[in-house]
Amino acid sequence: MIQKSEIRSQKSEAVIAALLVALAVALVFAAPVFAQNGEPTDDEVNAVAKQLYCPVCENTPLDVCPTQACAQWRATIKEKLIAGWSEQQIKDYFVQQYGERVLAQPSTRGLNVLVWVLPPIGFLIGAAALAYYLQQLRNPAPSVVAAPASAPPTDDDDDYEKRLEEELAKRR
Amino acid sequence: MNNETMNNETMVVVESQTPIQNQKPKVLLGWAAAWIVLIALLGLVAVKLYQVTLGPVSSGSAPDFTLTTFDGETIALGSQRGKVVVVNFWASWCNPCKDEAADLEAFWRQYKDRGVVMVGVDYVDTETEARAYLAQFDITYPNGPDLGTRISQAYRIKGVPETYIIDKNGNLVTNIIGPTTLADLAAIVEPLLK
Repeated sequence: MIQKSEIRSQKSEAVIAALLVALAVALVFAAPVFAQNGEPTDDEVNAVAKQLYCPVCENTPLDVCPTQACAQWRATIKEKLIAGWSEQQIKDYFVQQYGERVLAQPSTRGLNVLVWVLPPIGFLIGAAALAYYLQQLRNPAPSVVAAPASAPPTDDDDDYEKRLEEELAKRR
Repeated sequence: MNNETMNNETMVVVESQTPIQNQKPKVLLGWAAAWIVLIALLGLVAVKLYQVTLGPVSSGSAPDFTLTTFDGETIALGSQRGKVVVVNFWASWCNPCKDEAADLEAFWRQYKDRGVVMVGVDYVDTETEARAYLAQFDITYPNGPDLGTRISQAYRIKGVPETYIIDKNGNLVTNIIGPTTLADLAAIVEPLLK
C-alpha cells in the first residue's frame, strides 16, 4: 500500500524533473535568440575573421591578430554581419579592398591554382618514383653483357695479387 | 627472349629489345618533364623573391594609377602631366602618419595654386576610420582607398607613411620613407616648379 507521503514525494520529483527539462530546452534555444536579437557575437565575427589574414602583418589570421588595424577589420566584419551580408560577400569585399592575399584559403584563379595542384602532383610523382625504385630493387634488370664466370686473369690482376702477397709477407 | 652465344672463354648474353628497354625513352621523357617543371617553379620562386628584395621605386617613370577618392572623384596620374604630383601613402592605424598629417595639409594649402597636385593613398584601411582620420586632421586634398593594394604594389612600398614626388614629366624625383615635414617637401618641390 502506497502512503500519501510517498505519493507527494513522487509528485515533487516529477515537478523538479519537468522544470529541469524546461530549463535545458530554454538554454538550448537561448543562444540563437541572443545572436538574432542583438549584435553578432565575437564567435560569429571570428568565424569569418579566421578565414581572413591580416593584410599588414606576416601570416597572422585576423581572428587572433592583436593590432589596432585588425581590430578595425573585425569591426568591419561585425558591421557587415549586422547589415546582413553573407560570409562570402564579406570575403569578396575584403579581397576587393585589400587583394587576394587576405584569404586564408587561396582562390583557384591564376597562379594560385598551383597551390592546389602541386602538392597532390608532387605526392603522386614521389609515390611513383618510390614504387619504381622498390620494383628495381626486387627485380634488377638483367645486364646486357654478362661477365664470364671465370674470366682469365689479366696482367693487372697479377700485379695486384703480387703486391698484395708482398705486403702480407712484410706484415707476418 | 635471350639469344646466348658461348665460346670457350667468354659467355655473352645478347638480349633483344626487352620491355624494359622499350620503356627507357618514356622514363627519360618523364624525368625530363619533371625537371622542366621543377626548374620552372624554382624560376618562379626566384622571380618572386627578387621582387620582394627590390626596394620602393625611386627613379624613372612613375607607375601610373587611377584612384577613386572617398568623395567619388577619379584621379589619373597620367592626366597630371605638367604638374608636380605628391603621392602620400598613409593609413588611419598608422601612428607615424599622424605625425606628418598636419604638415602635409599645410603643404597642400601652400602649394595647391602653384601647379602642385597632392594625392593621399589610403593603404589597407577601413573607410569609417579613414574618414574619421581625414576629419580629425582637417585634410582637404584628395584621398582614396588603395583598392586591392594595386597602387602600393606598383610603388613597392614597404610600409606607411611613404611619400613619392613626381615631376612635371611624370618621372619619379624621389621617395621619402617615413614621416615628412612641410620644410622637406618644400625643399624638394620648389626647384621642380621652376
